[in-house]
Amino acid sequence: MTRLKRSIRRIWQDFYLAIIMIFLYAPIATMIVLSFNSSKSRNQWGGFTWSWYTQMFASRNIMDALHNTLLIAFLSALIATLIGTAASIAINSMKQVPKTILMGITNIPMLNADIVTGISLMLAFLAFGISLGFRTVLIAHITFNIPYVILSVMPKLKQTSRSTYEAAMDLGAGPVYAFFKVVFPDILPGVLSGFLLAFTMSLDDFIITHFTRGAGINTLSTLIYSEVRRGIKPSMYALSSVIFVVVLALLLISNFAPKKKHS
Amino acid sequence: MSKKILSWPYVLWMTGFILIPLALIVYYGLTDKSGAFTLANVIAITTAEHSKALWLSLALSFGSTVICLLLAYPLAMILRNRGVGQNSFIVFIFILPMWMNFLLRTLAWQTLLEKNGVINAILSMLHLPTQSLINTSGAIILGMVYNFLPFMVLPIYNVLCKIDDDTINAARDLGANFWQTLLWVWIPLSVPGVISGITMVFVPALTTFVISSLLGGSKILLIGNVIEQEFTKGSNWHLGSGLSLVLMVFILISMAIVAKYDKNGEGSGF
Repeated sequence: MTRLKRSIRRIWQDFYLAIIMIFLYAPIATMIVLSFNSSKSRNQWGGFTWSWYTQMFASRNIMDALHNTLLIAFLSALIATLIGTAASIAINSMKQVPKTILMGITNIPMLNADIVTGISLMLAFLAFGISLGFRTVLIAHITFNIPYVILSVMPKLKQTSRSTYEAAMDLGAGPVYAFFKVVFPDILPGVLSGFLLAFTMSLDDFIITHFTRGAGINTLSTLIYSEVRRGIKPSMYALSSVIFVVVLALLLISNFAPKKKHS
Repeated sequence: MSKKILSWPYVLWMTGFILIPLALIVYYGLTDKSGAFTLANVIAITTAEHSKALWLSLALSFGSTVICLLLAYPLAMILRNRGVGQNSFIVFIFILPMWMNFLLRTLAWQTLLEKNGVINAILSMLHLPTQSLINTSGAIILGMVYNFLPFMVLPIYNVLCKIDDDTINAARDLGANFWQTLLWVWIPLSVPGVISGITMVFVPALTTFVISSLLGGSKILLIGNVIEQEFTKGSNWHLGSGLSLVLMVFILISMAIVAKYDKNGEGSGF
């Protein structure tokens, strides 16, 4: 291939990348710009303002939803990390058949449609007389978070060598002591990125929360949905921009921090 | 032996909140209000209203899956040929929207497409006639493509990265041109990623109710909207479960296809 041809191809490729990038980010950028627009209409720029942000922080509804969202994300990620890490350790030492069965169950919530997971949980809660509310949302979030933790921890566990663990035991360490001294430091990056992933997924979820929340409680996602159906207010853009920036920061941390440490 | 105890909380949790709830959908879907066995809730899919919603969902999700594939494959190839590492920033940029709240992504498009929205404002600034963009099937397809494109890019990119440069060079050395290499080397080797991408786009697109209710207005009902309304408007859980069972058949088919082509989980996005 001649040099000219190669550079033409390169230009086409850059062009294509740029087009897709604009497609992906222009809508979000528009929303962020509108969140600073002092005119309420979407097709006029009325000047720069912070007022939608102050309005947002003053709104009782939004702050309650924010509180719920963060609390549920933190608790569900924490509990899912505990259950998921313990399960990974057990699954990793199992024989092929039970291992396959358990990993199959782990995959169900990831492959199943969210709407089906959502309504199935809602049916179960109501059938067993658990009234919908904060508790049920928390349980639902733990349920869909556990698989993400397991899938983050398992690869790290597979990399650890059994012999170092056994060597520690031969040298007189108990199984628990040997685990925390030898195995745990190796899988810690997986546990941490599992926690962050679970936290992000919980922050992000709408569909499953929508079905399991009941009437009394809102997370940011469900609040946005019900507000937007009544007509978009600019404070929703402010809220969206804040969520975008926070999720972006979390993803940057979870994608780049643990791997840097490792390499 | 002692390690097995560690899996108990997990097994109990998943039984209680995954397996039993799924069993309940089956139970509700196959019974009527008095608890007697019936197939009526499943057969209800054949009524004009429901089958129209199902066909529309299938058509729109199929269309958006095809568009996603056509957009994502060249993108994944370019990213792979740049030889940038799997953790690099440029790849991250194209995968990032996958983790964004999809309600926000849809809201963003609503802002752009609305009658008084940004696109029409730009059109009228250029003295062009304004278009009615929102509340059409096209708007829903656009929303689906926008929301699910990264789900197609990631698995394809992952399998393409595993193709050895030597394989490509060997094809070149043997005289294959670009299109022959694409057809006989790239595509066959990337089947697991393509299949996994297709299901990762098709299943959420088929079952969505958010995109259709925000971009499609109240007139366009997808099967997801029908099911959602049966549950949240409190009318008929049995019917909603029955229709969900129909939906689950499609999900199971796509899972089976993935299992067939992607045995080692190579195309898995996670």
